[in-house]
Amino acid sequence: MSFPWANHYAPKHPLMRWLDEKLPLPRLVYNAVGAGYPVPRNLNYFWNFGVLSGAALGIQLITGIILAMHYAANGLVAFDSVEHIMRDVNSGWMLRYAHANGASFFFIVVYLHIFRGLYYGSYKAPREMVWLLGLVIFLLMMATAFMGYVLPWGQMSFWGAKVITGLFGAIPVVGGPIQTWLLGGFAPDNAALNRFFSLHYLLPFVIAAVIILHIWALHIPGSNNPTGVDVKGPQDTVPFHPYYTAKDGFGLGVFLLLYCGMLFFAPNYMGHPDNYIAANPLSTPAHIVPEWYFWPFYAILRAFTFDIWFIPAKLLGVIAMFASILLLFFLPWLDKSPVRSGNYRPAFKKFFVLLVIDVLILGYCGGAPAEEPYVMISQLAAAYYFAHFLIILPIVSKLEKPLPLPNSITEAVLAKSGQA
Amino acid sequence: MVRLIAFLAGLGFVGILLYSLIMGAVSFVSEPPAKTVEHEFHLHPKELHLASDGPLGKFDRQQLQRGFQVYKEVCAACHSLHQVAFRDFKDLGFSEAEVKAIAKGWATETPSVNPETGEPATRKSTPADKIPSPYANEVAARAANNNALPPDLSLMSKARHDGGAYIYSLLTGYTDQAGFKNHAGQELLKEFPDAKTPDGLHFNPYFANLNIAMPPPLAADGQVTYADGTVATKDQMAKDVSAFLVWSAEPKLEARHQTGVAVMIFLLIATVLAWFSYRNIWAGIKH
Repeated sequence: MSFPWANHYAPKHPLMRWLDEKLPLPRLVYNAVGAGYPVPRNLNYFWNFGVLSGAALGIQLITGIILAMHYAANGLVAFDSVEHIMRDVNSGWMLRYAHANGASFFFIVVYLHIFRGLYYGSYKAPREMVWLLGLVIFLLMMATAFMGYVLPWGQMSFWGAKVITGLFGAIPVVGGPIQTWLLGGFAPDNAALNRFFSLHYLLPFVIAAVIILHIWALHIPGSNNPTGVDVKGPQDTVPFHPYYTAKDGFGLGVFLLLYCGMLFFAPNYMGHPDNYIAANPLSTPAHIVPEWYFWPFYAILRAFTFDIWFIPAKLLGVIAMFASILLLFFLPWLDKSPVRSGNYRPAFKKFFVLLVIDVLILGYCGGAPAEEPYVMISQLAAAYYFAHFLIILPIVSKLEKPLPLPNSITEAVLAKSGQA
Repeated sequence: MVRLIAFLAGLGFVGILLYSLIMGAVSFVSEPPAKTVEHEFHLHPKELHLASDGPLGKFDRQQLQRGFQVYKEVCAACHSLHQVAFRDFKDLGFSEAEVKAIAKGWATETPSVNPETGEPATRKSTPADKIPSPYANEVAARAANNNALPPDLSLMSKARHDGGAYIYSLLTGYTDQAGFKNHAGQELLKEFPDAKTPDGLHFNPYFANLNIAMPPPLAADGQVTYADGTVATKDQMAKDVSAFLVWSAEPKLEARHQTGVAVMIFLLIATVLAWFSYRNIWAGIKH
């Protein structure tokens, strides 16, 4: 941590002093998420979602490791082994519902975390690396979640695997061989199921490793804050522990209440009934839809309905879907406004609200059948999505006249409490 | 440079999307998509209220036993229930001895091998066995049912939207196609003369494509005789077997609800305490 007034780790107990000389692990924890990390004092509840994402990953790891002890990754028995977990394994139903709903809640908190970063300009200098690593985590999460959804080997698992790997089939010339290579066959079967299980078990640990880099990169400039103004002195910060551990503790309680409410009282609400039908390569479901957290991207994929010259519509959709995420990697260089927080950017704020509504509309259309009017609505919404990041943001950041910034975090805090 | 490329890429995406939008709109207006008979005449499930509904719901064991009887005497002739074992019927309120008797007396025997010759054979079921399928395999099932495959019922109530209500509606929803009208008052055969139910299928507006291979299974009142004296109307039998299939798909429902209540109370107390400790630690710090 680069703030000179940060608390210094000074172990009192001889054992801790001994440990500190040999392996300064407690020192690392103290400086990372303890009293040694000074954090702006004015963070609002939107800053809870980083810790909540970490908690969600922890829940997924623990439930997932235990589920893997009972699950059988074989096309002949995978579906029945999940039902075995639901019926015959002690509290197996709880583990499986915790894992399935945990994935949804992981995405809920990560989406809120991403939109917080978008609104408060957390992707801007000097935090570009934090943003880029966060996007890597997001991509890894999407891959992990997709492969995890295949494992129960229900109808949506099978057909989802077929459709998503089919996206690679849209690549000219090499697409078909790539799809066959990914699946280990011409259609999803045992080979695909086994490799998806292997990777589904591996990738969460890769995510955990990138999270360490994400937090490391964050600790070099320190946390952003709702004003977006840099920390100027000791009066602007409080130590992470106990101040933000206490606040995150409360946030975690609220998160767990909502999560457990879903887990115990509506565990199948976010799932699709077709996944309780065993995979059947000979019977295609009426509407193949991915899990809800992929719906906005699925809507972009399906919005491309016409070939342009020699480029087939499917390939355009695949390019656009990947581009919709990859463009976020360029965001720090697209939005050049020196002001970080959306609170002081009147025009940006309006477009940000539009973007949130736009993504919600895309999500709704992605879950709906591929019929009119949903296709036309998603075409309009997808057009806004690309325009927002690639055209509007660069122009707004050039033309907009930001509101006057407070001189410091403390000044902003005192002005607010003076009004109240 | 980055922004110039982004600007051009953005224009490209927006241009293609707006082109697709206009082309789509033109073809939508010039050739509106034909309405389908399923879209116009399919019915959403009727209301069904079961004791297991809601966050505190519990199974009505009397009803589950009646539903089990309907499954055993009617559905089991064609439909398997292969995720459920005989021992699971203890959940319905049967004693150990009753479960043994149910397993032993089951109409279909459990596949086995002759210990002398190794030839395929069957034997009486035990509580540890899963419910045996009425057919040896899929080919046999299709051969006996006009090439339709009676689906396994273990998870049926979770494999359809509004599962319990769907099963109840399907079982009571068989009706005459001639003269069938939808809520808008249109008559099916007048609007779609080609959609007449083919021979060997049965019209049922609660089924996704309106024509189901299964003949009406609950044909008459009193088809089963309930031990508890409940009058076995068609409606009652349909309700009871729906309740039974809600149980068979989610046998741990009661444990889930009970655990959930305890977890929520614990978390609520923990969260309130966490809130007070947060307020206490931050007291005196303006933020």
